Amino acid sequence: MEPLLRVRDLKTYFVTEHGSGTARAVDGVSFEVQPGETLGIVGESGCGKTVTSLSILRLIPEPPGHIRPGSFIEFEGRNLLTLEPRELRAIRGNQIAMIFQEPMTSLNPVFTVGDQIAEAAIVHQRLSRRAARTRAIEMLNLVGIPDPDERVDHYPHQMSGGMRQRVMIAMALVCHPKLLIADEPTTALDVTIQAQILELLDRLQADLGMAVMLITHDLGVVAGSADRVVVMYAGQVVEQAPTTALFARPLHPYTEGLLASVPRLDAPPAREHGRLHGIPGQVPAATAWPDGCRFHPRCRYAWDRCRAEAPPLLDAGGEGEPGAHTVRCWLLTEPRRRTPHP
Amino acid sequence: MNLWNWLALGGAAVLTLIVVAELRRRVRATAAGRRFFRHPTAELGLFVLAFFVTVAIAAPVVAPYAPYYQIDIEHPDHAPSAQFLLGTDPLSRDVWSRLVYGARVSLGIGAVAMLVAATVGTAVGAVAGYFRRGVDAALMRLVDVGLAMPRIFVLLMAVALWEHIALWVLVLLIGLTGWFGTSRLVRAEVLSLREREFVAAARALGAGAGRVIFRHVLPNAAAPIIVSGALGIGHMMLLEAGLSFLGLGVPSPAPSWGNMIADGWHKMSVAWWSSTFPGLAISLVVMALNAVGDALRDALDPRKEAA
Repeated sequence: MEPLLRVRDLKTYFVTEHGSGTARAVDGVSFEVQPGETLGIVGESGCGKTVTSLSILRLIPEPPGHIRPGSFIEFEGRNLLTLEPRELRAIRGNQIAMIFQEPMTSLNPVFTVGDQIAEAAIVHQRLSRRAARTRAIEMLNLVGIPDPDERVDHYPHQMSGGMRQRVMIAMALVCHPKLLIADEPTTALDVTIQAQILELLDRLQADLGMAVMLITHDLGVVAGSADRVVVMYAGQVVEQAPTTALFARPLHPYTEGLLASVPRLDAPPAREHGRLHGIPGQVPAATAWPDGCRFHPRCRYAWDRCRAEAPPLLDAGGEGEPGAHTVRCWLLTEPRRRTPHP
Repeated sequence: MNLWNWLALGGAAVLTLIVVAELRRRVRATAAGRRFFRHPTAELGLFVLAFFVTVAIAAPVVAPYAPYYQIDIEHPDHAPSAQFLLGTDPLSRDVWSRLVYGARVSLGIGAVAMLVAATVGTAVGAVAGYFRRGVDAALMRLVDVGLAMPRIFVLLMAVALWEHIALWVLVLLIGLTGWFGTSRLVRAEVLSLREREFVAAARALGAGAGRVIFRHVLPNAAAPIIVSGALGIGHMMLLEAGLSFLGLGVPSPAPSWGNMIADGWHKMSVAWWSSTFPGLAISLVVMALNAVGDALRDALDPRKEAA
């Protein structure tokens, strides 16, 4: 099947303010999104998830940021990186829509939510104000806001966080996009509201047949919704696999660490005296990624080769077609080394 | 002043009172309205402004004489009396009538000039702040130049170059030399607003630069623009008065409060009224504008709620 979105070797760099170097926020990321599927993109803060999604819509502030030549983002056969601004605007919000992390600040405080939902429809479909308003009410109904006739005239400050996130989703979906990029859509919300929003996204995805790129740091969110998962670390993809395969058989030490850090009710961690597991250290600065494998300073399996040589994405085999599960780790070539150092 | 003039004047005062009271009653329901009227001088200022505007609009019925009419050229400088409410000037014209018609000129020039300045300033500030880089640098250096030049001399030079300057040219000149401060203010607002998430969200929806600026950035910067506009009208009026006093602004015999002061000031010792009343009118209106501007600043700033 022809993928809906194909990202190849995406490199988005930022020149830092005081000339102290170049932050390689996204450094050679490749992945594909198939029509109708949910792709989870997982990683810690600062690993390049958000920059990747902003690069797809070319919303990176330039300067200081720029997408390096050689990068390639293809949506339905068109390279987004070479489009004219006008053509690009015709795609934004119409075929690719995005919802942002902070429902509190992503809505314009001086307009009613109805106006804001209708905006994309007015921009892209040249609807009249009246038709756009009817559309906004429909959308509010679709995202499960009670009394949409009344709520359409409310201002963002009159709504709760969960409702605002629903409004954000309504704004993004008003033109029925083929791809929805959801950047941490539930991070700012209560756990109960989180579940509702994820359910809503699932339902809408099934109803509208769109693909979703779900960006999150929460593996629980991915486990529930995504078909495939891309794990990012330090501006690179470190592991990429179908969700079930990834959870059953995490191969990259970073993925392993992430999974181990999820607190579990059914199996309290026996080791470390019942304390929660964490990955030691922190994501290095994007201006100075470590040589060799970028994860080696934090990796408990690392040996000489990891410090010297950067691993490519290696096929992990397993079930499914070749390339379904890929891992950026030398352990794949020397599996017997998978025993932690003393 | 005949009976009709008195009735009209009284009617104007009552009408103004009713308008202010009604406005107060309506906006008290909103938080912004309460903040506005909590200012002790705001209501008074609003009344003074509304009164002068009403009187200026109703000039033909409130004024007993035409503004140019020389009543009795043999006997000028009548003291204020029941017949000549504010006396007559050295050219034997009724000061009250000229004050009323002059309100049209002075308030009008102030308001239109400020409108010009606010429009240009907002446009320049928004463009500089939104597009940044070269555009910003070029426009802001231009603003620096504008702020460094003493405005009154620029105006004097311009007026000296064209001998009979039309009123609208004068208004434009006053407006076009007064936008520099506004543009800086708007630029600062835009710089901070453009980084807000809802602006990114709007761009992600496919909105172009124009749509983002007009719908998402400027409406959020409206409060400071309105406040600086309200305070700026006073500056514009003072400037016009200064120019007219020097004989370079509104040409005689058209009445403006500035040239009325000029007409009477050489007779201050014997006929104080013909300069004093227009001077008082200017002071009153400028003070009222400042009071309303200050109150607006509080009203439009929700953070003042706690104070």
